[in-house]
Amino acid sequence: MTDNMKASPVTHSDVSLEYTSGLEREFGSGKFVVTAEIGPPRSADASHVEKTACSLRGFVHAANVTDNQTAIVRMSSIAAAYIGQTCGVETVVQMTCRDRNRIAIQSDLLGAYALGLRNLLCLSGDHQSFGDHPQSKNVFDIDSIQLIRLAADMKNDGVFANGKKGKNMPKFFIGATINPFADPEELQLIRLRKKIEAGARFIQTQAVYDIDRFEKWMEKVRRLGIHKEAYIQAGILVNKSLRSIEMTRKVSGMCIPDSLIERMRKAENAQEEGVAIALELIGRLRRIEGLSGIHIMAVGWESIVPTIVREAGLMQ
Amino acid sequence: MIVAERKPLNDIIQMVRPYKKLLIAACGTCVTVCIAGGEKEALELSSLLGLADGLEDTEIIVRTIQRQCDREFILESDEDIRAADAVISMGCGAGVQFIAELYPSKRIIPALNTKFIGVNRDVGYWTEMCQGCGNCLLDRTAGICPVSRCSKSIFNGPCGGSSGGRCEIDPDLECAWQLIYERLKVQDRLDTLTETIPPRDWSSNRDGGPRRVRKSSVSPEVGK
Repeated sequence: MTDNMKASPVTHSDVSLEYTSGLEREFGSGKFVVTAEIGPPRSADASHVEKTACSLRGFVHAANVTDNQTAIVRMSSIAAAYIGQTCGVETVVQMTCRDRNRIAIQSDLLGAYALGLRNLLCLSGDHQSFGDHPQSKNVFDIDSIQLIRLAADMKNDGVFANGKKGKNMPKFFIGATINPFADPEELQLIRLRKKIEAGARFIQTQAVYDIDRFEKWMEKVRRLGIHKEAYIQAGILVNKSLRSIEMTRKVSGMCIPDSLIERMRKAENAQEEGVAIALELIGRLRRIEGLSGIHIMAVGWESIVPTIVREAGLMQ
Repeated sequence: MIVAERKPLNDIIQMVRPYKKLLIAACGTCVTVCIAGGEKEALELSSLLGLADGLEDTEIIVRTIQRQCDREFILESDEDIRAADAVISMGCGAGVQFIAELYPSKRIIPALNTKFIGVNRDVGYWTEMCQGCGNCLLDRTAGICPVSRCSKSIFNGPCGGSSGGRCEIDPDLECAWQLIYERLKVQDRLDTLTETIPPRDWSSNRDGGPRRVRKSSVSPEVGK
């Protein structure tokens, strides 16, 4: 357990505005940072979040809390992130631009900070046509890069999106996402640059399966010096079955080599094979210069995260 | 132009059922060009309604109003509109409303769903190009509109869902930001993409309330 986790960080009145991100300190100390995900439930049941958070405690430096992922209605990411922190796991609030205009976004950022949440991951958000309310209107008043800038302006200049000064403004440790496998690569690198220029200080990538291709991408990142401007975490998705990896492959922008699908197909025990693949990938990732950590996405299989972290010899 | 499409026949039948004397008003502009609400489509609708169960005794006449968005053209059909129990407008939403405004006691029935401002790409095929957001940024985006052509209307795209130049929501849909990238590349203006476009002022869009345009050089309201 890190010092940050021992400190029970959050009861509202306790939260000092001086209290800063533990995740940022972990990156700053040069540790290979490990984060995972808490997917909020499709219910108002706090115990679900508590259970996942408690199982991750001590095994990750922080846990992302997703924001109505795949446009399916779930418990608010801010509420779930707060519940997670009460269980002693520092959380990263994911925020999308799909459901809120700039008024709601800023209001939520003030609220999240007041609750002791210190890490913010900015995303565009999956289109609502994928979710369980395809009839809904989307917002996209601002996009993910504009959201990063908005949060950075609050932090650095103490101003709202309208340029007006505010008091006690939130100072989030701001992150963004990138897909190293999306095309055209040149445009994706331009966007990564823009995200960092806007104020992103950590970057989580789309799930890495094609490690050779990812290594080449990291070479470009190093040549551009991007790894010195922001901490880069590689995404690791853990699959528990052939069906799971096949479904993952269908996700737009996902790149999975045939050889890994074959391994899952031939495996006597698919769960063990899924873990073995994740561990091999982590082994390779740890040797990549300029990579600051990994982000484990074990969607629907959160209970496997401690095993992966332990077997990989992370968090020591 | 404004692109529209006729409502399902049964929906129209349900709306007109109570009336014995119907006027179908075609519109001679955009909806004629997009083969949705011109004279030909109005005559076709008249035939279809004439065959519908329960409408055998309904009297249906067809008139073409050259532009339903201009008062004087609507008034040319004044007599026929007054004589009808209900008017089926085959204009866009603006045409329907303008007739309704001029004849407040008359039931005006929309026959079309107004879709978008777009272009004709092929015979019988139109695509959306403009949303009338009121503050055109096409110069910065190589003449491709992210507001109307990106599914998320984002200004610093593409989002993570673009793959192989296609939008994540529909493989038949081109990613607007891929198109912008390709065209800027052709024009040797890729550096344009390195600048972050700031949050836009949506008050020029409909978010600022219903919009009005007054051309001062010709408006009779000048000086009021």
